[in-house]
Amino acid sequence: MGDYTVQELTAIFAMQGFSGLSLFSVLLLMALGLAIIFGQMGVINMAHGEFMAVGAYTTYLLSVISEKYFPGFVQYYFLFAIVASFIVAGILGYLTEFILIRHLYKRPLDTLLATWGLSLIMQQSFRSIFGAREVSPGLPDWLMGSYQPTDMIDIPINGMFVLALTAVVTIGVYLLMYRSNWGLSVRATTQNRLMSGAVGINTKKIDRLTFALGCGIAGIAGAAFTTIASTGPTSGSLYIVDTFMVVVFGGAASLFGTIASAFTIAQAQSILEFFISGSMAKVITLLTLVVILMMRPEGLFSIKVRK
Amino acid sequence: MSSNTDYALAIEGLTVSFDGFKAVNDLSLYVDKDELRVVIGPNGAGKTTLLDLICGKTKSTEGSIKFNNKELSKLSEHQIVHSGVGRKFQTPSIYENLTVYENLEVSYPKGRTVFGALMFERTDEVDKRIKEVAADIFLGDFLEMESALLSHGQKQWLEIGMLLIQDPELLLLDEPVAGMSVKERELTAELLNRICKGRSVLVIEHDMEFVERIAHKVTVLHQGAILAEGNMETVQNNPDVIEVYLGH
Amino acid sequence: MNFVYERFLGGKNGAIGIAILAALIFLVFPLFLDAFRLGMVGKYLTYAFAAISLVLLWGYGGILSLGQGVFFGLGGYCMAMFLKLEASDPISTKIQSTPGIPDFMDWNQLTELPWFWIPFESFSFTLLAVILVPAIFAFIIGFSMFKRRVGGVYFAIITQVIAVILTVLIVGQQGFTGGINGITDLKTLNGWDIREDSAKYILYFINAALLFAVIFISRFILTSKYGRLLLAMRDKEDRVRFSGYDVSNFKIFVFCFSAVISAIGGAMFTLQVGFMSPSFVGIVPSIEMVIFAAVGGRMSLIGVVYGTLLVNFGRTTFSESFPELWLFLMGGLFIAVVMFFPNGLAGIWDKYGKKLTAYFPKKAKPALTQTDPALAAEDAK
Repeated sequence: MGDYTVQELTAIFAMQGFSGLSLFSVLLLMALGLAIIFGQMGVINMAHGEFMAVGAYTTYLLSVISEKYFPGFVQYYFLFAIVASFIVAGILGYLTEFILIRHLYKRPLDTLLATWGLSLIMQQSFRSIFGAREVSPGLPDWLMGSYQPTDMIDIPINGMFVLALTAVVTIGVYLLMYRSNWGLSVRATTQNRLMSGAVGINTKKIDRLTFALGCGIAGIAGAAFTTIASTGPTSGSLYIVDTFMVVVFGGAASLFGTIASAFTIAQAQSILEFFISGSMAKVITLLTLVVILMMRPEGLFSIKVRK
Repeated sequence: MSSNTDYALAIEGLTVSFDGFKAVNDLSLYVDKDELRVVIGPNGAGKTTLLDLICGKTKSTEGSIKFNNKELSKLSEHQIVHSGVGRKFQTPSIYENLTVYENLEVSYPKGRTVFGALMFERTDEVDKRIKEVAADIFLGDFLEMESALLSHGQKQWLEIGMLLIQDPELLLLDEPVAGMSVKERELTAELLNRICKGRSVLVIEHDMEFVERIAHKVTVLHQGAILAEGNMETVQNNPDVIEVYLGH
Repeated sequence: MNFVYERFLGGKNGAIGIAILAALIFLVFPLFLDAFRLGMVGKYLTYAFAAISLVLLWGYGGILSLGQGVFFGLGGYCMAMFLKLEASDPISTKIQSTPGIPDFMDWNQLTELPWFWIPFESFSFTLLAVILVPAIFAFIIGFSMFKRRVGGVYFAIITQVIAVILTVLIVGQQGFTGGINGITDLKTLNGWDIREDSAKYILYFINAALLFAVIFISRFILTSKYGRLLLAMRDKEDRVRFSGYDVSNFKIFVFCFSAVISAIGGAMFTLQVGFMSPSFVGIVPSIEMVIFAAVGGRMSLIGVVYGTLLVNFGRTTFSESFPELWLFLMGGLFIAVVMFFPNGLAGIWDKYGKKLTAYFPKKAKPALTQTDPALAAEDAK
């Protein structure tokens, strides 16, 4: 590190830190969906990355359509695409729960395998429909360019937009899960399915909607993802392990834990990446996580309960 | 902390707290050898937690549990079992896809290490002991039956048998007659009176008629602490106990 | 001896199953397949080691490891390091800037052999390492996880992360590991050319013999009290613990043992196929090993061998003619097996196949075709 001046180091940390924030945003959006599905329902959804890809491809499709048929709409389509990604991924999630997941609630390890099978099918579907090449939607002008507070620091606008989007979605999830009646039913169902059914909660419907919601949020993650990288059939699967680590490390049922853990992992990875090779940064980050989890298997934030 | 006693089981100042909630609060309890003690109390009184603490399923926050003057609270579960403590769970916990015979064999106290279990052989001695215990728990004719097919009451007996085969000096039984028919209850009462010889037995039970039939002494728990203790009659006439059971 | 018959073969039913499988592997395949196809079967059978390891670990123990590829890879890499050193003698590598070290090290500007490569010049050390390296690695993972009672899905996720870590590490450190291409151009084993057809035949039979040895030992374990305890732990872990067993030790043992089995498969893979690469270490191969076991029947030592052969034949056939279809099929297979046939081929055989044999009560030896994978596949439909 001796070769860098203090100013340069500050700039590096600021910029790497910001690029870490973009990674943080995507990881957190992915993890929010997964935390709802895994934390609340105990279901391991290995196809979660593919639901993200569904969102990304939806965004791409809308961009192509608006460029071709509604050129005037190109500046605004992206906002619409976020909503569309949520809906498309959500509907697919709803169907997945209905066809597949609901038969396997008592066998969590089998759910893991079945959803892995689903992810293979989805990946091949992407390949058949959109081709094996990576695609990128055309971004509206207002997402291009960057903000330069000093000569050396250069912060891309799309990154800031994604960060803002993440904040909105996170607050939305918080309000939904912890401040609404529906969230209360979800949490009640998680804690005592039988009792919840007895007090008149339609637990089956809750399961289906919870799963759909988690997948829908993955869809939003996909829309956000298109602004920082291009999408291929296997893009989703690249993030699935990291996302699981975020959720497990944060303590499966804690929203605050998920945020903190996504932040830590993304920042560690992206700052390390500047000084050592990307692969070693990943190895060190993951290895540290595994060691921490071995010492504290319940994750960073969890409460002691009477069993 | 605490001195040695003549009791088989001596619990002193036992406290466990879950995030501030004290499920068992400064509890002291003494059980003699050859004694059959029944613990009763309303739901949430801390009865099951007490058994969890003795057998090491839950770790105490404070206090001591001494069994034959050996401190248990710092030992791990299997070490506690090796010290002579056996625990039956509230819902019968048996291996449903093994036969009655195999259930008892798996519980036989030889071959408890990895290599011991690999090299374990079904000798005549093992066979004899398994059949003996099976007869004790009224399952002598069901040895080859897959245990999933047993009635609820028979499963309860089987679990007791799985403990007896280890010849424990302290038996902890959590609701042993739950789900049993009248006839099965009678047999169980007889079984318990028979097996408490030479060891101490701690039973949690709700069925007062059954308690009356087996208990040497009764301890009433309420909100994690002892409300009353003594023989059945004393306890039943204790105004505090009446208040707790009937007052609300 | 009766003891051997009951404990290692698994009584009458076990012995018949083993006899049929042995006839298939030792007679039918070598007689009817050409050298190329037989080589493929040999390769598939190395995966069967990993599938068998999952029967013990997952089927009986209820511990799902999504990192069996790690152990397969460790075994394979240990063997590959030895073979690579033998192939990199100073004479055949004289055009390198540093002769005598593996070619990929030279390309990556290494000028001497890294310290951890040096012991692999010895064949006996290598054989020992194939067993011990994965065993020690599994012990470290198992000890730290099982002593803290990490299990179920958490264990699955963490083993998966370990698979990712090892893959990224191997790919990233290409000077030491050969990177993404792996360790290639392996030629001889103590002077014996393993690329020749005759060598391939011999290696096929060695592999097959090892596979049966592993099946015998696994059967011995499963028929012992330890095997019943594994099942008991899977279903009622607390009851086992409160019957006086240190559950974590039992889990650590089965994890280490399954790691060693997988590693033997990996080492035999390297010998037969002639290279080892990170594509056999990561998430995808690891999870494929699980599907081999699931398709064959997670509770059946014999079934998973058929499962492995069937899935791999299917892959080869389909990816030659319809590569797009294969992923759909594989994905569908995952879902179908999990949802409708949790006991895989072995379960289907138990349910329908046994009725079939009932029609031929006089035949002492059941016809081979009855457990032919093709027939089993028809059952699966």
